[in-house]
Amino acid sequence: MEILLSLLCGTLTAAAVFLMLSGNLIRFIFGLVVATNAVNLIIFIAGGISQARPPLIPEGESLPIPPVANALPQALILTAIVIGFALLSFIFILFYRTYERLGTVETEAMRVSEPADLYQAPHAKNVADMADTGTTPANTANTANKITSGEKS
Amino acid sequence: MNWLLVVPIILPFATAAATLGLKNHLRLQQQVSFFGAAIHSVAAMVLLYTISTQGILVMQAGNWPAPFGITLAADHLSGIMTLVTAVLGLATIIYSRADLAASMLESGFHPLMQILIGGVCGAFLTGDLFNLYVWFEVMLMASFGLLVLGQEKMQFDGGVKYVMLNLFSTLLFITGIGLLYGITGTLNMADLHQAVRTVPDKGLLMAVAAIFMTAFGIKAGLFPLFFWLPVSYHTPPATVSAILAGLLTKVGVYALIRMFTLVFIFDVAWTHGVLMVMAVLTMVIGVLGAAAGNDFRRILSFHIISQVGYMVLGLALFTPLALTGAIFYLMHHMIVKANLFLISGAARKAGGSFALADLGDLYKNNGWLALLFFIPAFSLAGFPPLSGFWAKMLIIKASLESQAWGSAAAAVVVGLLTVYSMTKIWGEAFWKPRPANARGLSAEAAAAAPLDRALLIPIAALAAITVFIGLIPGPFIALAEKAAFELTHPEIYVRAVLGPLP
Repeated sequence: MEILLSLLCGTLTAAAVFLMLSGNLIRFIFGLVVATNAVNLIIFIAGGISQARPPLIPEGESLPIPPVANALPQALILTAIVIGFALLSFIFILFYRTYERLGTVETEAMRVSEPADLYQAPHAKNVADMADTGTTPANTANTANKITSGEKS
Repeated sequence: MNWLLVVPIILPFATAAATLGLKNHLRLQQQVSFFGAAIHSVAAMVLLYTISTQGILVMQAGNWPAPFGITLAADHLSGIMTLVTAVLGLATIIYSRADLAASMLESGFHPLMQILIGGVCGAFLTGDLFNLYVWFEVMLMASFGLLVLGQEKMQFDGGVKYVMLNLFSTLLFITGIGLLYGITGTLNMADLHQAVRTVPDKGLLMAVAAIFMTAFGIKAGLFPLFFWLPVSYHTPPATVSAILAGLLTKVGVYALIRMFTLVFIFDVAWTHGVLMVMAVLTMVIGVLGAAAGNDFRRILSFHIISQVGYMVLGLALFTPLALTGAIFYLMHHMIVKANLFLISGAARKAGGSFALADLGDLYKNNGWLALLFFIPAFSLAGFPPLSGFWAKMLIIKASLESQAWGSAAAAVVVGLLTVYSMTKIWGEAFWKPRPANARGLSAEAAAAAPLDRALLIPIAALAAITVFIGLIPGPFIALAEKAAFELTHPEIYVRAVLGPLP
């Protein structure tokens, strides 16, 4: 059983890495989902698979009767799932907004932050305009979906 | 129960909640955030003072005894890091008043900032590996939010790459945790120190050590793993890049130091040998990247990488002196680096751009700013009598004592190259006459622009700390020595957490 599950982990990880490296944001998300599940499975296997009882204390006893399963790996996985889910929803929004602003989901085409001519022509074309991260109200007014609640100064 | 340990974690979260509730009252929100950060600094000072008088502080959450519950533990290293974090938080919050536009405050700068500080402090104070993972996530989430605050094109580009690589690193981290738990059956760091010694299969343990090294190496920005850093740190507003530059990579370095002095010390020649190679390559590649740069903040970003190399070199040498050097380096570097990013923001306000090609005449127009740049820049490069000189000297001395001639030579050469790129910024941004076709501001505006006091006060305060550490390094080196002593004698930490050993 361990060997079978380990092989499954390996396959999932390989698929996840393949998807993550494919240079497309959507595939990256799929890869991330697969990788998260592979990791959760690794924790599960590493915690030891047994056919023991669930760690519940029967009525009238003060301690569970051994052998009982170790509940901690499950607790770790549960935490990891919750955190992973939060990160995933953040990533969905981030990637969607990135697509809206940059118009592409191909990572190779995203060269705003590090333009191809970054080191070639320092004076001809510099990154100043793009480095302008909108610390003036005039700039931020252009950004789409600006949060408009609250007072303006 | 030792409540003092919880204050530096709970306080930022309470402040975050309060500032979130005040998002329609920006002035009040700013003040609440400032007072929260100020009290946080005081709490961190009290914490460090208590540690230095009483030794390692330990709190077992919910009074569960050590290996079963979550342990918070603070030795000198944790105390120092918490204090520096609090000071940087305070400085950037003051700075944000003049730097950030109202729209960014409305999108939640202050809550995110406070959560980031809380997450970083949690990472420094926890004594439980899984809890460390949770704090890493808290900190990452906040940094993701901060990085794209303002929603410029460039920020999304940098942010996406930052998020991708950092998420991959947390996946590796949690994989390592799962495997380590499978091998040892515990996640309490002090308990791990003992459990690791009885593991028969050292090869398996070495694989886990390599996973942790990679995971923390990505966070710290070590050589083949640093690519998320120079692509993202120059994209957000200066306030944000200053706090990220000051804190995040250093949490990675802290985690490396913690794990590779407490847990993975069963085959030091191998693990720390790998770290040494990575450290030297990080130093050299980082400084070369900086030398090629032509944007104020990209140069500084590459210097983060190169300086992280020095700290990890201190860990890799693994002698008391080298660890003292690494910890002193952390103290000095966090302050100096955050300050340089703050100055880059002030230079942009005064000169209209972050690109060196568009800057000029800052010395003529803003003499004070030039002086304030001079202090951290030459401290970073290691000029006496500034703090960086002592930090570099300790590391180089430790290399020579360990007869690591190669790394000592690399440390010296990298220091010289650091001077080169600092003089490049100096020559281009401060001395050179402002080019006629410079973009950003008109020539009249650049000549007349007075800088807001809220920008200069935190810069001046951090520069003053740098000068103070440089002129009176004794107490700081003594503090770092105490921290290094605890790291080289892990049984002190273990005894503090688990109680007297049988």
